Amino acid sequence: MKFLLYISDYIIPFIIFYIVGFGLLMRVPVFQEFTKGAEDGFKVVLNIMPTLIGLMIAIGILRASGTLNLLANIIKPLTDILHFPSELVPLVTVKLFSSSAATSLVLDIFKEYGPDSFLGRLTSIIMSCTETVFYTMSVYFMTAGVKKSRYTLAGALFSTLVGVIASLVLTNLVFG
Amino acid sequence: MLNYLWGFMIVIGIIVGVLNGRIDEVSTVSLNSAKEAITLCITMLGVMSLWTGIMQVAKAAGITDAFTKALNPILRLLFPDIPKEHIVNEYIASNMIANILGLGWAATPMGLKAMGELRKLNQGKDTASCDMCTFLIINISSLQLIPVNIIAYRSQYGSVSPTEILGAALVATAISTIAGVLFSTVARKLSRNT
Repeated sequence: MKFLLYISDYIIPFIIFYIVGFGLLMRVPVFQEFTKGAEDGFKVVLNIMPTLIGLMIAIGILRASGTLNLLANIIKPLTDILHFPSELVPLVTVKLFSSSAATSLVLDIFKEYGPDSFLGRLTSIIMSCTETVFYTMSVYFMTAGVKKSRYTLAGALFSTLVGVIASLVLTNLVFG
Repeated sequence: MLNYLWGFMIVIGIIVGVLNGRIDEVSTVSLNSAKEAITLCITMLGVMSLWTGIMQVAKAAGITDAFTKALNPILRLLFPDIPKEHIVNEYIASNMIANILGLGWAATPMGLKAMGELRKLNQGKDTASCDMCTFLIINISSLQLIPVNIIAYRSQYGSVSPTEILGAALVATAISTIAGVLFSTVARKLSRNT
């Protein structure tokens, strides 16, 4: 499995190399095209900025006030029935809103329990198969001017739930 | 929906903060989060521009076209309402490929462009079309092939084998994506019958 680690190191430089190399072969004005595209990137970030500020403030308030811990404690009896560790409830909840907030919780879990513990492995797998549902939806739908999102939220939460359950089962199967 | 959600997050957070006697922390954090968001955006400007720039080169060289053609049969199945030769196919395909390769920042601009085109196909209505729903559900189900960040964090915190989770992670991702695809297909059929 070690080669997968090398692949992760190589993948980004390789993609850049491949694209720029291919561009040169096709006689594309590569630098000109690059700067043209980079300008698009600026516009995208500027569009996202207000949304990001709003969401990060809300998450910050929920964390600092202790609401997230409160939620974990309320949910604990339920997660105990499902054999899901309640320590990870804040992580799964936060991941729905903010990737950077979730990342700080992941590092917290790695520090506290170690990445090779059951919790550490489960955390790694959950993070690999879930997305920031509310964040992604708000950014995408705001850009498209959509107000009524119909069944998108239900579908996104369903696939996230299935992903979390699959992570729990797989962690037990592979490392249990 | 997001109006209520965001509003409740703030209101409930502040009420709990008062009850917990942690209102001073809430006060500091609200200001700091705003600052943090801007810092994040400044970092993002660079990374995002790198990928949109590289993707522009790929487009000019005809690489995205080749990938789009390869993905076309799958897109036809998932998005039956999109006209066959429409530009949005290309955006969706590049977004999916960037997601699969774990280039999160490269995926977003292409995804937003895809949403813009889907909006035009939807005649600018403020209700999401079935294709928009499917696209977002698949996007959110996370198509990631290699969770590069997680591997980095794991090795940083002294894991004996940072990559040991890759196999299980890949299977979990596949299962959640399949669940998302099934959900959208069923929901599309049901919404058409009503």
